[in-house]
Amino acid sequence: MEFQKLGVEILSMSIDSVFVHKMWNDNELSKMVQGGVLFPMLSDAGGRVGKVFGVFDEDAGVETRGRFIIDPDGVVQGYEVLTPAVGRNVEESLRQIQALQLVRNSKGTEATPSGWKPGKTTLKPGPDLVGKVWEVWKTEMAFD
Amino acid sequence: MSEEMEVGCARPTGGPVGESIETASEHPPATKKEEPSMIQVGKKAPDFAAPAYQNGKFISVKLSEYLGKWVVLCFYPGDFTFV
Repeated sequence: MEFQKLGVEILSMSIDSVFVHKMWNDNELSKMVQGGVLFPMLSDAGGRVGKVFGVFDEDAGVETRGRFIIDPDGVVQGYEVLTPAVGRNVEESLRQIQALQLVRNSKGTEATPSGWKPGKTTLKPGPDLVGKVWEVWKTEMAFD
Repeated sequence: MSEEMEVGCARPTGGPVGESIETASEHPPATKKEEPSMIQVGKKAPDFAAPAYQNGKFISVKLSEYLGKWVVLCFYPGDFTFV
């Protein structure tokens, strides 16, 4: 799995019980993904954890599509929350993790500009780059 | 890392770690008010513990057990829904 290659652990969470998680995995998800879901499917009956993360919709009694990227120090490095009817883009999550890992491994000496993907140019923030980003980064690079 | 749980009739649930249930129920929200989310980029994710299903087993998962690893935590509205 793509996330495993990046050393990323997945946790999913909804207000359903662990028993419903089992049934969903065994009866439906295992037909979509061979072998079923490998990561832990967490239960947040009552939405107390979702409330703390700001994703529990009290009117509907469910959690919205919140996705949080947490680094090895337990620090939130990015999040996205979508309305229930719109699904996530897994590729974008992978791209963000790759960018976050690059920045972390460079110990802050590199930054990923808009439109960055693995293999594309990074920026080296510092006094020499001030006012010179236009020389090394073009707006077209946000879209290619 | 995660310990297996005994399964009883009561539906197990988890919650934030470090917050006592008493304090939460002492102040029932009379009028619904917007609570500020504690999430901020660059700040620690609030720790929590929750029951989980994984690979045929019911386990207990605590976020702080994942320190040292990258984690993607995904919330969604419900099992057997459509998206």
